[in-house]
Amino acid sequence: MAAQYRGTKTRGPDPAATPPQAATVLTAGPTPPSRPVSPSGTRRRTRFTPYLLLLPTLAATALLLGYPLVRNLLISFQTLEPFQLIQHTTEWNGFGNYTDQLTSSEFWHTAGRSVAFTAANVVLIMAAGTLIGLLLNRLGKRMRLLLSLGLVLAWAMPQVVGTTVYQWLFDTQNGVVNWGLDSLGWHSMHGYNWFGHQLSTFAVITLMVVWGSIPFVALNLFAGLTTVSAEIFEAARMDGAGAWRTFWQVLFPILKPFFLSTTFLEIIWVFKAFTQVYALNAGGPEGLTETLPVYAYVEGFGNQHFGTGAAISMLTIVILAALMSYYFRVILKEEDEL
Amino acid sequence: MRRSLAGRLWPNIIAVVLFAFFVFPVYWMVTTAFKPDLDIVSSTPVLFPLHGTLGHFSRAVHAAGFWTFVRNSFTVTIGAVLLSLIVATLSSFAVARMRFKGRKAFILMIMMAQMAPWEVLTISVYLIVRDSDALNSLLPLTLFYMMMVLPFTVWTLRGFIAAVPKELEEAALVDGCTRFQAVVRVVLPLLAPGLMATSLFGYITAWNEYALVLILNKEGGETLTLWLTQFQTNFGDDWGATMAAATLFTLPVVVVFLFMQRRAGTGMTAGAVKG
Repeated sequence: MAAQYRGTKTRGPDPAATPPQAATVLTAGPTPPSRPVSPSGTRRRTRFTPYLLLLPTLAATALLLGYPLVRNLLISFQTLEPFQLIQHTTEWNGFGNYTDQLTSSEFWHTAGRSVAFTAANVVLIMAAGTLIGLLLNRLGKRMRLLLSLGLVLAWAMPQVVGTTVYQWLFDTQNGVVNWGLDSLGWHSMHGYNWFGHQLSTFAVITLMVVWGSIPFVALNLFAGLTTVSAEIFEAARMDGAGAWRTFWQVLFPILKPFFLSTTFLEIIWVFKAFTQVYALNAGGPEGLTETLPVYAYVEGFGNQHFGTGAAISMLTIVILAALMSYYFRVILKEEDEL
Repeated sequence: MRRSLAGRLWPNIIAVVLFAFFVFPVYWMVTTAFKPDLDIVSSTPVLFPLHGTLGHFSRAVHAAGFWTFVRNSFTVTIGAVLLSLIVATLSSFAVARMRFKGRKAFILMIMMAQMAPWEVLTISVYLIVRDSDALNSLLPLTLFYMMMVLPFTVWTLRGFIAAVPKELEEAALVDGCTRFQAVVRVVLPLLAPGLMATSLFGYITAWNEYALVLILNKEGGETLTLWLTQFQTNFGDDWGATMAAATLFTLPVVVVFLFMQRRAGTGMTAGAVKG
């Protein structure tokens, strides 16, 4: 046994890490496999060790995440505007901010816009991501490498860079998109201002979000597909199933956990997307592309209604929490061993 | 079953079209950065530039405060990643190697913290930092970024620690190490690739963060994300310099991404324990 352990040691990656006394201990004779029974003091210590190790993480989470959440909740029950901010006074107004929001048409418009925006994006991401993942599985080695390279490059692009580049691609004067559409025969697109209208701004944001999110879905689906044996598809084809039926009746049931969890992740990510929406056009024109996170930001910082902004963000968090509880139900079901 | 020529061809054609779709924005960013001004504003865009210039890069690098922002970005990112590695190594060791009451609850908390809606917590974070008189300072930014990457770091490290064979640790104990020595001398060196991979993910998250620095830091405390999004406002329609700035900002991220792809599979401990 000792010899076996010694063999292990010498194969270690870093010989310097081997304690110098190890060899002597081993040659000294058989050593009991475990350490001698520890005195009661040590045992008590080991009982508390895990909690001691968790302490920094717990403290950081409580201080840097828990406290902001609680503080946000408190602010949402206050009237907090520049006056109160400068005077350092606390002015409670109960559910005032919430009733204001829940009875205002602007809030409901923004909420509806957020939902529609999220739905459109997630459907596009999941559909295109799935198709591209299936395509990756079908391609030859070289073409697969090429497409994966493109996907990884798009994936690696930071969101702030993505927005800057898309602003340039869709620039009114010298943007390559307007030029391309113009030369393809759509002459009214010459000098078109994409960021002057609600729908066209959303089109650019959606294209950008979908472009940046597909790689995650496609590459993960491809990774999942490699675990599915080819015989299953063979069998489906023998039974006369077409591509459509093979997907829905063979592949989808096998990879259902993947599809469910990925869809929920994408819903959550798109719903709370701030950088892409705000950095592209600041929610403009005239606030017509504000989604809930951007709306909370603009109300809070732009219009200096911090209480109102906090209430909007709490309402957003409630929606996100509902989505997340579904997500956790899905992933906890597949993961028995945590 | 042999497919017809068309049947074999169309997936490849689609793959090439898709490749172009995904790469084009990256390609356009880099080529614009190198193009002379005349080519950028020409009415017919130059799709394949033949001669390049470094003028835009020099304008971006010589922009006011650029090196301050570079320093800020690196300070905040590296600080956040190192802090979260230290904090996470402790707790992920407990989760991976020990049984205790509340373990599942802790893991659930980590999973939830991973999905924390930072984008809508900006108001309270701003007020907390303002109350502590720490606006425009790098410390709160570092701490909050640390918190942003901490759940992921714990989650991933837990996997890496669990993958280090327990027998190695026991062997060290047999050889006379204390538990602490066993961890530091045997487990930590084996964990190096895991720590590396995890920290790179954290690095990307912190490097790209935008919402918090937008509200917390102005006047010298900005990081490169803010600089980049405001570059266009500061430089008008100087797209060449803006794209040069974007390219510079992306470079470290892409390097890290490619590095990670390469190191994805590490079989360091594969042969360490005899069956």
